[in-house]
Amino acid sequence: MRYHVQIEITLKPTVMDAQGTTIEKALHKLGHASVTNVRIGKFVTLEIDAAYANCAKNAADEMCKELLANPIIEQYDVQVSETNPEVAA
Amino acid sequence: MKFGVVIFPGSNCDADCYHAVSTVTGQDVRYVWHEERDIRDLDCLLLPGGFSYGDYLRCGAVARFSPVMKSLIDHAAAGKYIIGICNGFQVLTEAGLLPGALYRNDHLKFVCKPQRLRVERTDLAFTHFYTAKQVVEFPIAHGEGRYYADPETLAKLEANHQIVFRYCEEDGAITDAANPNGSLNNIAGICNAEGNVLGLMPHPERRCDRLIGGTDGKKLFKGLMETLRVSAISQRLR
Repeated sequence: MRYHVQIEITLKPTVMDAQGTTIEKALHKLGHASVTNVRIGKFVTLEIDAAYANCAKNAADEMCKELLANPIIEQYDVQVSETNPEVAA
Repeated sequence: MKFGVVIFPGSNCDADCYHAVSTVTGQDVRYVWHEERDIRDLDCLLLPGGFSYGDYLRCGAVARFSPVMKSLIDHAAAGKYIIGICNGFQVLTEAGLLPGALYRNDHLKFVCKPQRLRVERTDLAFTHFYTAKQVVEFPIAHGEGRYYADPETLAKLEANHQIVFRYCEEDGAITDAANPNGSLNNIAGICNAEGNVLGLMPHPERRCDRLIGGTDGKKLFKGLMETLRVSAISQRLR
């Protein structure tokens, strides 16, 4: 089975996100005064051949720990689906 | 005594490192292509600054998987010396040879200027030619040099005296104003617990000639050279 994996990588809440803060200020200047907590991250999509969804999830978790995220400063979220979420949308 | 300068695709301070080390120490230096595995002839490896693998994903994240890195880890475990400068420092943290991480400067700008540093350790092979708390000037040139470690790691680094250089004022004062990138505790350079692996964001190799602004970096390479010379003599006597 071919699984579609979406991975969201962001700085941990304890790590100051200078990009997020700067974008937040820019949004305020544009008049979006109520905006708070802007965080900037990375979005990775990939496909994995695996027997079950949880196998694909475990493989993606492993990839995040090994390479895609730096666990010292970043956190990640893995979403696995059978259909391509981008096409489905 | 032999020095090696590692070249990753995207390294761009390799020639500066080569020139500084060969001129200052008068020793053999050779380039080490990132695909090389046999580096047993080398006493000290330098990981130069630049943008290895285009800084893709995170600075130093992909360089960590270069074939030379396995040999480099063995080189460190054998107690031999490694200096990672700028991108080289980022590679060492990504490889887990040094604790913590380096990420985007707090002001988001690439900063390129002469920077004052206070030498915090003078008992290392790299720094024993400096005097305690000596203020030196090395240039910095980076966009992602902000040092971060979790509170426990940071406390351990401080307790073990693993912080080698701190960003400082002209008189050596450690202030927020002197911190060019938001690094925790004004950290500019650290070493491992054993003291044979050094990583720093500033560029000592760019301060080894009056012609290009100063010679504060010379003592780092000279000090290391002296350590290697003494250990070679004591090995011969054994």
